[in-house]
Amino acid sequence: MINNNISEVITVNMGPQHPSTHGVLRLVVDIDGETIVNVEPDVGFLHRGTEKLAENRTYHQVIPLTDRLDYLSPLSNNLAYCLAVEKFFDVKIPERAEYLRVILAEMARVASHLVWVATHALDIGAMTVFLYAFREREEILDMFEVGTGQRMTSSWIRIGGIRADMPEDFFVRLKSFTDKFDSCVDLYENLLTNNRIWKMRTIGIGHLSDEDVQAYGTSGPLMRGSGIDFDLRRDEPYGIYDRFKWEIPVEEAGDTYARYKVRMKEMREANKILQQALEQIPATGEVMTDDPRVALPAHEDVYERMEALIRRFYIVSKGFKAPKGETYQGIEAPKGELGFYLVSEGEERPYRMKIRAPSYVNLGALNKMAQGHMLADLVAIVGTNDVVLGEIDR
Amino acid sequence: MVLAIVFTLIKILIIVVCVLTGVAYMTYAERKVIGHMQVRLGPVHTGPMGLLQPLADGLKLMSKEDMTPDMVDKPVFYVAPFLGMVPGIAAFAVIPFAPNIVVADINVGVLYVLALSSVGVYGIIMSGWASNSKYATLGSLRSSAQIISYETAMGLSILGPVLLAGSLNLKEITEAQRGLWFFIPQFVAFVIYSISAVAETNRAPFDLPEAETELVAGFHVEYSGMRFAMFFLGEYANMYVVSSMCAILFLGGYTGPLLPPLVWFLIKMLAFMFFFLWLRATLPRLRFDQLMNLGWKVLIPIALANLLITSIVVYAIRN
Repeated sequence: MINNNISEVITVNMGPQHPSTHGVLRLVVDIDGETIVNVEPDVGFLHRGTEKLAENRTYHQVIPLTDRLDYLSPLSNNLAYCLAVEKFFDVKIPERAEYLRVILAEMARVASHLVWVATHALDIGAMTVFLYAFREREEILDMFEVGTGQRMTSSWIRIGGIRADMPEDFFVRLKSFTDKFDSCVDLYENLLTNNRIWKMRTIGIGHLSDEDVQAYGTSGPLMRGSGIDFDLRRDEPYGIYDRFKWEIPVEEAGDTYARYKVRMKEMREANKILQQALEQIPATGEVMTDDPRVALPAHEDVYERMEALIRRFYIVSKGFKAPKGETYQGIEAPKGELGFYLVSEGEERPYRMKIRAPSYVNLGALNKMAQGHMLADLVAIVGTNDVVLGEIDR
Repeated sequence: MVLAIVFTLIKILIIVVCVLTGVAYMTYAERKVIGHMQVRLGPVHTGPMGLLQPLADGLKLMSKEDMTPDMVDKPVFYVAPFLGMVPGIAAFAVIPFAPNIVVADINVGVLYVLALSSVGVYGIIMSGWASNSKYATLGSLRSSAQIISYETAMGLSILGPVLLAGSLNLKEITEAQRGLWFFIPQFVAFVIYSISAVAETNRAPFDLPEAETELVAGFHVEYSGMRFAMFFLGEYANMYVVSSMCAILFLGGYTGPLLPPLVWFLIKMLAFMFFFLWLRATLPRLRFDQLMNLGWKVLIPIALANLLITSIVVYAIRN
């Protein structure tokens, strides 16, 4: 293939300070002319030891750590972690909380995909899409701020429900957002989908066949873009996703363009789920379970009953104990399958927490996707991989 | 004699000052226009409506440290920015802004501009080579690939209007369009010229040599301060040159009813500049092999065919 006698392979260092490696990803690229021979991702610049830190935190204290994994969709991480802990207890989540979880998770998906389309287009040179997509993302972040008090690291989902109910303003804003969001996606597609240059830059680039997908274990859009019809929300349902009608976009081609179409469609489908959830959500109700094993006792009880006071004090200061055993919960996060594997020794803190970060696994296929393409395509391939370094380095 | 030289020097000075001011305000216009296309405002803080922004940028760049990396090929490294900037400004010598505003009314004006714009590319190649940096080298390699793909097409498309006018003098070409602007009979050449002009100036979607998201900054990655600014001055001066050439060759130059000739010229030139900015806000970037494909397989054959048909028609009419 490459004959070293006539061609000279040079090694280029891309990152960790490079405008299009989406954070502190470092790529060691061997190129022959502009053709990529080999790409080696070098990760770890953002390592914070999340998994180890979790071993010294109570179950509730781990939630803020999960925000910092995929920082573009913190609520999905909260959700995956809380679902995993809830599996220890088999907690019944109140109806309204279930809906709010779905709403928050789908909003996080839309926000994350908006950042993806923005940066992916910017990498390929379409600068305007970046600002249009960020305009809509800004609205979602504003809604997060109204609802949870934080724009990004919201830590709003709790073991057994969510932290508190949303104010009326949140639902009003979300309603008007979902009404117009389809036309916003139309706008981005108008600039990209049939653009000849966009097609030239994405069709046939970074190909992954369905065998590759299974071999590398890529998930999410990197799997559905290669013709595999699988979505954890439908195939291993969690929460109340079975109550909504939506489609799972699948494309056969397996290239960057196919994954682009999958993600654009996913935004529309997430919007559909949001609209249905807004219609179905019960008007009032509790948002936190009253299960005494994980929830704080009600305030009235704490004021009147000694046992409730002690229980509250215990949970706040020491945490609650999880039964001995292990759980795994994967959810369909925006980037793919995000899973939390927890081992409990019957203490207030997990004995071990392992995070299956979709970006990390997806990044593994980068070399396969990039080989033989040109250096200019590498940014398109990194973009279509949609990596978030917070999740890769943990 | 002496008076003539002094007079010419004054004319040169005026034009250089105008061009440099124009270049400075083009950066402002670019940020404003693209800003509004992208639902934001562009510069607003420096002066009224941000009008002093180019001045602030200039001051900043001048006061920055002029760094020379250790491993560079020093003479070439120092010469390259000048080679990038000077041809862009020198090309204005032959541009007829109005019937009597032209520094040098030479007979081979078209050739002169083409030659100078090719020299400008050497600045890019030399800077990339001398920087001794991988990113810069890749940027300058792309630039060489780019020249050989668009320059032929550009030259061939310019020959259309030249044939119709029967002259290489820019003023005569302008005068030949009194009745009919050449972009109507030479529409194909006009389109080819517009595409190659964008490639010539390294602007989006053909901004491969400096492709920010791929090569960080491409050929000028090792430059700082005023040397870096010179590349930018060169790029924008070049945009003015190709826009002026477009106005002269296809849009009738300074001709037009009612308004004074200079105003007509500026309107046409700035309209084409606006087209540049619009492209940048809309299109993604091509890959350099795709640009070469476009140049060799599409533009050159069409330009050749256009040239052939034009020559036949011109021959038939003249005889």
